[in-house]
Amino acid sequence: MGNLLKVQDLKTYFKTDRGLVKAVDGVSFYLDEEEIIGVVGESGCGKSVTMLSVMQLVQSPPGKIMGGKVIFEGQDLLQFNPKGAEMRSIRGAKIAMIFQEPMTSLNPVLTICRQITESLELHLGMSGYAARERAIELLRLVGVPEPEKRIDDYPHQFSGGMRQRVMIAMALSCNPKILIADEPTTAVDVTTQAQLLELMKDMVTRFRSSLIIVTHNLGVVARYAQRIYVMYAGRVIESGAAKDLFKNPRHPYTSGLLKSVPRLGEKHGTRKLVPIEGLPPNLINMPATCAFLPRCAYKIKKCQEEPWPELRLAGDNHHFVSCYAELQEKL
Amino acid sequence: MNTTSQNNIMVEVKNLKMYFPITRGLLQKKVGDIKAVDDVSFEIKKHETLGLVGESGCGKTTTGRCILRLYKPTSGEIIFDGKNISTLPESKIRPLRCSMGAIFQDPFGSLNPRQTAGSIVADPLKIHNIVKPSEVNDMVADLFRMVGLDPSMMDRVPHEFSGGQRQRLGVARALACKPALVVCDEPISALDVSIQAQIINLLEDLQEKLGLTYLFIAHDLSVVQHISNRVAVMYLGRIVEIADSDELYENPRHPYTQALLSAVPVPDPFIEETRQRIVLKGEVPSPANPPSGCHFHPRCQIAIPDCSQIRPELKDIGNGHRVACIRV
Repeated sequence: MGNLLKVQDLKTYFKTDRGLVKAVDGVSFYLDEEEIIGVVGESGCGKSVTMLSVMQLVQSPPGKIMGGKVIFEGQDLLQFNPKGAEMRSIRGAKIAMIFQEPMTSLNPVLTICRQITESLELHLGMSGYAARERAIELLRLVGVPEPEKRIDDYPHQFSGGMRQRVMIAMALSCNPKILIADEPTTAVDVTTQAQLLELMKDMVTRFRSSLIIVTHNLGVVARYAQRIYVMYAGRVIESGAAKDLFKNPRHPYTSGLLKSVPRLGEKHGTRKLVPIEGLPPNLINMPATCAFLPRCAYKIKKCQEEPWPELRLAGDNHHFVSCYAELQEKL
Repeated sequence: MNTTSQNNIMVEVKNLKMYFPITRGLLQKKVGDIKAVDDVSFEIKKHETLGLVGESGCGKTTTGRCILRLYKPTSGEIIFDGKNISTLPESKIRPLRCSMGAIFQDPFGSLNPRQTAGSIVADPLKIHNIVKPSEVNDMVADLFRMVGLDPSMMDRVPHEFSGGQRQRLGVARALACKPALVVCDEPISALDVSIQAQIINLLEDLQEKLGLTYLFIAHDLSVVQHISNRVAVMYLGRIVEIADSDELYENPRHPYTQALLSAVPVPDPFIEETRQRIVLKGEVPSPANPPSGCHFHPRCQIAIPDCSQIRPELKDIGNGHRVACIRV
C-alpha cells in the first residue's frame, strides 16, 4: 500500500534583492494513514515553507516551487493550478492546516459562525441552518464552552487558546485526511499548549486522520510523534522513528540540539548544557558543502571537500541521516 | 532591624501588592483594580538564583519590576540589601539602580536601534559615573569580552547583530555597573533553541565569576529548573508554592504546580511514554475579577467547598518548602 502523502525532492526558492533563498531545497518525506509525524527545526530552516508548498500556499512572487512532487491520493498536487478548482477541493477539505498565529489567521470582521460554515458550504454543500448546527457541534467537540452563545462572537472576543480551538474546529470541519499543525502552540502558555495538543491528538484519532506537527519544541515531538524529520537550512538532515532518533541521534545537529536543551527532572547543577556554537546559516548564497559544517564538532576532512551529503540509511529501522561523519552516540 | 539574620538575604519581599486601576469614561473614573501582584512574600538569598514561573498574566514580570522599582508598589515592603526601597522617592532610587541590573525578553525591542552597541553599554557607565570618561572605552571593551562579543563590534548598530548576540549585548549593559542583583525577565524565550543554551551558560558562568544574584523570570519550567536553586510558582498574582528546584520537581504539592510540571513535555520519548499527564480544564481567569478563596479552586481537581471561601496562606512543610493549599 502506498503512503497517504509522499513528498519527493521538493524545492521552493524565494527571489530576494540580495539573492536567491533556497528555503526548501530537496525535501522528501512521507506520511501514512493514521500516523503522527513531527517536523523539527529552528526558525528559518524551511519547515513552514515546506508545509505551505504542500498546500500550494506559497506567495508567488517572491516564492516559487521549483521542483519536486507532492503525491496525495495518487495525484501530484504540484501539477494543479494553485488557484484552480482541483487544489481548492483538496485544500481545507482533505488537507487542512492550523497556522501559527491564532490572532492573525482568523478574519477579525467575520463571526466565528461565518468562518466555520464557509468551508462547510464550499466543500460539503451544506447550507444555512444545517451548517450552523454543524459548526456549533464542532465548537463543542473542541471544547469551547457554551458554543450556542459563542458562535456569533467575533475573534477578538476569544482568548488565544480559544481562538486556536476555533482554528482546530475549522480545520476539522470537513473531516480531513491530513491535518498540518504549523507551530500550533507557540503563542500560548504551557497548560494551554498541553490542552491543545491533547485535543489535536484525540481529534485525529477519532477522525482517523493523520497529523503533521511542525515545531521547534523537541519535547512536543517526543510526546506525540511516531516518526520525526529534523530540518536544517532547507533540508531534512535526519529522519527516523522517534525513539531511535532521540536515543541514538546520528547527525551532529540533532545530537547537539538534544544536548543543548534542559530537561525537566534533571537534578539542579548536575549537567552543564552543551550549546551548539555559532549561528544558523544565512540561506542566501549557501556554499555547496554541508550547511552545518561551520558549527559542527565532528567534521572530518571529507566534509570540506564533498558537497552536502545525501540522506543515507544509518542502522536499521528506516533511520536516515545526511552526514559523512559516522556518529555513534547513545543518549 | 536584625542585621545578622539579614546578612545572607539580598532581597526580601514582604506582602507585596501591586494593583493597577481600571478606569472608564471621559473622566477616567476608577471602576476596579487589576490585582497583578496580590500579597506576595519571598526572599532571594545572596548568590542564588530564584526562579519565578507562571503563565502569562500571573504577575511574575510585575513582581520583577517592583523589585527594580520600575513600579511603585501599592503596598508591602521590598528590602534590598537591608534597606526598604518600596517607598523611596525617585531621586533616591537612581543611585540604587546601579546595584540592580535587568535583562529583558525582547532583544529587538530593548535596544535602541539608533545607538551603537558600544554606546548602549557605555550609557550606564556614564550615567552613574562609574569610570573616568577616558576609561569608558576600555571598560566597554572589557564588558564585550566578558559576554563573548568581539570589542571590534562596538561601532555596529543592533540590527547588525543576531538575536543571541543582541541578548549578549543586553547582558553586558545589565552588568556594566557591577550590580549585585540581576532581574532576568524571560531572557531566552525569544531565541532559537540552539542559541538558548549559549545564553543560559553565559548567565551561569557570569554568576559564578561575579557572585551575582539572579531573579530568573520565565514560563519554561525546564529552563527554570535547570538554572535556579529555588523556584517560586505564581498563579494569578499569588505565589502558590516555593521550594528548592529539585524538591519542587520531585515532590510538587500544589495541584497547580503538579499540572504545570506535567504539561511540560520532556524531549525523551521513553520518559514521555510513562508520564502521567494532568490536563487542566478551562483557562486562567482575569486578574480583574479573580475567583474567591483560593484563586485556583475552579480548575482544581482536589478542591473542596472550603477552597472557595478560605484564602490559603503559604505554609512551611519542611526544608523551606512552602505551599499555599488547604488540602496539603
